Amino acid sequence: MSEEISNIVLSVDSVAILYMTGDFKDIGLKEYLMRKLTKTYNAHQFWAVDGISFSLEKGDMLGIVGVNGAGKSTLLKAVSGVMTPTRGTVMAKGKIAALLELASGFDEDLTVRENAYLRGALLGYTRAFMDEKCEEIIAFAELTEFADRPFRQLSSGMKARIAFAIASMVRPDILILDEVLSVGDGAFQDKSARKMREIMGNGTTTILVSHSVTQLQALCNKVLWMDHGHQVAFGEAKGLCEAYAYYLNHMGEGIPAALLHQGISANTQDE
Amino acid sequence: MLQKLSEFRFLFEELTKRDFRKKYKRTMLGMLWSVLNPLLTLLIMRVVFTQFFGTKIPYYTTYLFAGNLVYSYFTEATNSGMYALISNKDIFSKVNLPKYMFVLSANTSAFINFMLTTCIFFVFAAIDGITFTWSFLFLLFPILFLLAFNIGVSMILSAVNLFFQDTKYLYGIFTTLLMYLSAIFYRVESFPLAYQRLFMLNPVYVYIKFFRVVVIDGHLPSVAFFLLSMFYALAVNLIGAMIYKKYNNRFLYYV
Repeated sequence: MSEEISNIVLSVDSVAILYMTGDFKDIGLKEYLMRKLTKTYNAHQFWAVDGISFSLEKGDMLGIVGVNGAGKSTLLKAVSGVMTPTRGTVMAKGKIAALLELASGFDEDLTVRENAYLRGALLGYTRAFMDEKCEEIIAFAELTEFADRPFRQLSSGMKARIAFAIASMVRPDILILDEVLSVGDGAFQDKSARKMREIMGNGTTTILVSHSVTQLQALCNKVLWMDHGHQVAFGEAKGLCEAYAYYLNHMGEGIPAALLHQGISANTQDE
Repeated sequence: MLQKLSEFRFLFEELTKRDFRKKYKRTMLGMLWSVLNPLLTLLIMRVVFTQFFGTKIPYYTTYLFAGNLVYSYFTEATNSGMYALISNKDIFSKVNLPKYMFVLSANTSAFINFMLTTCIFFVFAAIDGITFTWSFLFLLFPILFLLAFNIGVSMILSAVNLFFQDTKYLYGIFTTLLMYLSAIFYRVESFPLAYQRLFMLNPVYVYIKFFRVVVIDGHLPSVAFFLLSMFYALAVNLIGAMIYKKYNNRFLYYV
């Protein structure tokens, strides 16, 4: 029993995140004062993530599913430390590398190689590591002939490829990927999936957000299903993927609590 | 703190390189221009104030240059530092990093410019007939204080600019006002004593005066003056650090 506990590398305990939205964005000081004076200023808060609990052991591969706006990305931000949860705790053992929405955050004016170094620095790699691995990264992304061209000349698929190639060099204890695998062409998708399995084989705990149920079924052993910030279910991938696929095909019927396999902690929605 | 600095050294270098490449578009002329710019401003002011207004201030070239040197470093550093958060929003909303790194890298190119212009300042001072003494080494203090002051102001401005996106326009007006209030081309001694004291509330003027006292008057400033110029640098950094600490996880609501 005690051995089981020590295997847990990530434990998320009833995490809730209050997100602010409203007028405060994109308005200037003059407009802010005007709206304050005329009492038309409104900023409201809502629970983007509410009551999520799960824990992962070393080597687990978690897939997070849910329709748009379910709070998946916000949850990942809390796990990676970009946000702090309003309530609840996130406890992680070891180094976390979060690669959220990979293709953005590059600089269009820099070359592919310069961007690779910058991204490497952002991910916490050392210069020596980048000096050693840079060519390998660019070769993996199949962008050798583009290495010294400005980033703006790349197609979005190429950008995603280089992003994945840099990210996959990382050897963290917990790897967070947001829709990374759903980019690139067929051949590269296979290649990246192989690379992912290689990383997983090294015992890295991985969290992955994807809209492709097939992909999750192939890669993950656990699934967290979210809806409107709430936790629908967390458990073994196989049963949950089927339930989620059924839910997607029968939208409007609500979440089929009956379909969820036994032994899965299911908190049914009140909708 | 030092351990953190070495941990993020690679990041700092890469961010600085990026800012440099973006600013100068990889052209030597771009770099040259940013050094030439304050010299041309100096030339215009020199001609306007001595020929048209008949200003009679001893060592006027050096006097003007000291004012311009400090003022243009301040505006350049804070104007680029103001965008430290907003232009890196794609990064800090996805990766957990110390956000002041963006402020530091944005301030670096302005500082390098300032150091280059300072070298030219000494050449002009020599031509102007200024005697060089060992007390010039004391200029390291206003240089360091000014660097810290600009970083602190950049921190505050970058946060405010994220909250209110018209900050850049308001700041443009403010810096124009500041130019006239910093006694760059006139002497404060022409004002009554009570007004002269008010100038001490302006940190940019304090740093300009620090340069002039050492270079033109040829002596060290008083202890009170020294402490005041240190106080401004510490105060803005303290405020900036407090804002960054408080909003560290909330900046991303605004992007």
